[in-house]
Amino acid sequence: MTLAYIAIFIGGALLYTALLPARGRGWALLVASVLTIYLMQSQLTIRFLDFILPTMTLLITITVWLVTRDSSTVATREDAITLGLTATLVFGLSLTRFLAPELRPTPSRPPDPLALGAALAVAGAAIFTVSWLLRGWRGLLTATILVIIALFIVLKTDILATAVSRALRFASGQNPELAGAVDLTWLGISYIAFRLIHVVRERQMGRLPALSLREHLTYVIFFPALAAGPIDRAERFTPDMRALPEAGLFIPPRLVEAGGRISVGLFKKFVVSDSLALFALNSANAAQATSAGAVWLLLYAYAFRLFLDFSGYTDIVIGIGIVLGVRLPENFDRPYLKPTITAFWQSWHITLSNWVRFYVFSPLSRMLLMRKVSPLAAVFSAQLATMAVIGLWHGVQWTFLIWGVWHGIGLFVHKVWSDRTRKRYLALKTQPRLLRGWTITGILLTFHYVALGWVWFALPDVNLAAQTFGRLFGIGF
Amino acid sequence: MNWSWLTDDGRYTGGFILRVLAKAAILFALANLLFALADPLPAIGRASVYAWLVPARPRLPYGENASQAYNLSLNSLDAMFATHELTRAKAADEYRVLVLGDSATWGILQRPHETLAGNLNQSGLNTPVGQRMVFYNVGYPTMSLTKDLLLLDVALRYQADALLWPFTAQSFPRQSQLASPIVQNNAESVRRLIGDYALDLDADDERLVTPTLWDRTLVGSRRPLADWLRLQLYGFAWAATGIDQYYPEAYTPRTEDFEEDISWGDFAEPATMNQDDLAFDVLAAGVQRAREIPVLLVNEPMFISDGQNSDLRYNLFYPRWAYDAYRSWLIETASANGWRLLDLWDAVDSGAFTDSPVHLTPKGVEQFVARIVEAITALE
Repeated sequence: MTLAYIAIFIGGALLYTALLPARGRGWALLVASVLTIYLMQSQLTIRFLDFILPTMTLLITITVWLVTRDSSTVATREDAITLGLTATLVFGLSLTRFLAPELRPTPSRPPDPLALGAALAVAGAAIFTVSWLLRGWRGLLTATILVIIALFIVLKTDILATAVSRALRFASGQNPELAGAVDLTWLGISYIAFRLIHVVRERQMGRLPALSLREHLTYVIFFPALAAGPIDRAERFTPDMRALPEAGLFIPPRLVEAGGRISVGLFKKFVVSDSLALFALNSANAAQATSAGAVWLLLYAYAFRLFLDFSGYTDIVIGIGIVLGVRLPENFDRPYLKPTITAFWQSWHITLSNWVRFYVFSPLSRMLLMRKVSPLAAVFSAQLATMAVIGLWHGVQWTFLIWGVWHGIGLFVHKVWSDRTRKRYLALKTQPRLLRGWTITGILLTFHYVALGWVWFALPDVNLAAQTFGRLFGIGF
Repeated sequence: MNWSWLTDDGRYTGGFILRVLAKAAILFALANLLFALADPLPAIGRASVYAWLVPARPRLPYGENASQAYNLSLNSLDAMFATHELTRAKAADEYRVLVLGDSATWGILQRPHETLAGNLNQSGLNTPVGQRMVFYNVGYPTMSLTKDLLLLDVALRYQADALLWPFTAQSFPRQSQLASPIVQNNAESVRRLIGDYALDLDADDERLVTPTLWDRTLVGSRRPLADWLRLQLYGFAWAATGIDQYYPEAYTPRTEDFEEDISWGDFAEPATMNQDDLAFDVLAAGVQRAREIPVLLVNEPMFISDGQNSDLRYNLFYPRWAYDAYRSWLIETASANGWRLLDLWDAVDSGAFTDSPVHLTPKGVEQFVARIVEAITALE
């Protein structure tokens, strides 16, 4: 998210709290979110794809609402208005095709409105028909999750994304030779997919509150959290949405809190993090570093850059959310000051960690334990799988997988270690100095374990990452 | 982060916010005014992480591709020199030689040890009385003698014992003297030099940038401040990698074949150029500015083509008539003034040039150095 977008969001949020009638707030969030998925979508080289992908975001999100809503209830007037409003916005955006390029809000020229209208009508009819035909099918929710995962895997796997890009280029009469995964850069899809899976899973488990289409759409594509989270939970987000008409938003303590969060976030992201980025580890300087000390310098810069960039961004998003009346969940809690790797993962990208704990670790470990796998093996397997999922969520690449496995092993070793040293640790509590020393040692060890893991995260090539890893210890110069 | 400081305090009323905003606005305005009046940019420029947290640079900061070069072009001479090895304490047995010049001296496409100064340092030269000669690259990649004079003026603060000044005809045209951004953005120093040495340059030239009061405020100075900060930060990347310019995997080699064209800059033909069109007064000012320290002037090597129309042009830079005229005036002027001049225009094989008629390969630098050594060691 650029400074320009942040300024627009903040200005828009302040106008929203100061001027908008309270009953219009929910609708305003929907409109802003729908528009944002088009406006923030990066320009793509395949014709009309930067308009089609946001439209697909809406279609998929609406489809998931259809399959997860309680089939015994009828759609309300509000749902119909939401559908109509969303379609009108999409159609309205396509009309900007006739504006001069400098006046057009979309990244490139939208498709022909008539063709778009026809395509939307066909897609809408197909979605409603299929979801109506499949209503009551017990496997529908599981199938929905599998489709979302399949889509996610295609987008995150270079070779598959390139194949799709090639097909799309061929279909649009463009040169297939130029196909690449970057052609399918889809704004916010990682977060959108996980929110959608969350909704379907909660529905499967009977825990999903009844959501109107407007609430569902706004939850999934809530504009401040679109590009980089946090991954909120629908049952937490919805009460905020429903309280909006009564919420007092333009009040000093709230504005101070929001302003403080945004200011701190801007400083972290655009001052400190962007400064560290000038010499943070990357594939170019990793190969150029001349000594082990030099590689450590680059790695430390990367570790802090990443944290300050992401947590700064989250502060900004949470601040904007506070102005809008939606209190998004925290994503970071001083992760580099945690004395164990387990505590680190309870404080780093908290909403993603919680997501995988709920939907991967817990069910997997439960399943393994039910199959009489030894508790230690069950924990090891579940932790490894969980962290592998977190790794692959960033991209289906060997380096991300290795990064995930690195943390999975770390978590398992820490579990074994803490189980075996619990008594000694409890005894330390009576000796404050020793305990402090123990904690500081833990913090340093944990930070360096995490930092070493970033080598695999930062570098896209396994060989380079392995070489850099060795160079940190003086091997390979 | 604990956010209780933002949420626990009951003082956060509307009046509180307005007071904070008003105070912040007043303090911000005051800070800008004080900054403009105090003009701390030179002092800030002299503050540097180089030669302290990270190694000093062997050549002045310059870079058009900052993220890959770990280096950038900026206009603050104080900040530029604060990064340079020249700032280190002079050893008792050191004989300090400044090496001035253009991009050929700075070393485009050359690693620091491959530059003219780097190569001379590797030669392990000593003066006749046994002092260790240490060469400092203060070249900068724009072609203007006024730029050289400006850099010399600053570099002489650092206890120089001698000056080696390679140049080529491209640095001489009078109309290009003030074209370099570093010259334009150091207008005060340039005007002083014009006045001190009665240079035939227009001190009121509109290309010279005179900062307004607004330009000197914090807000107005954000570009130089950001450049200074980036220069410090790139120091860490420089320290880690030893890289200070972007080395492309391939480059376009200097041209060998030319159009049938005999123009040189604004000079279309021989009759249009006379000696006053070349800034020999600036060269003289440089020698004069060096005062008692010995100066060795060098007409630097250039590529001599034997390709198409090479009977009209030596290379892409020069038609034969213009370069020949420049060279004869240079030799004549040097002789008349008693300057030590090495005319090494054809001292390097044509195969030892890279992407321009004056940029040398490491082999070319070796050939160049071989021709300088005798004269430079005799300087004292």
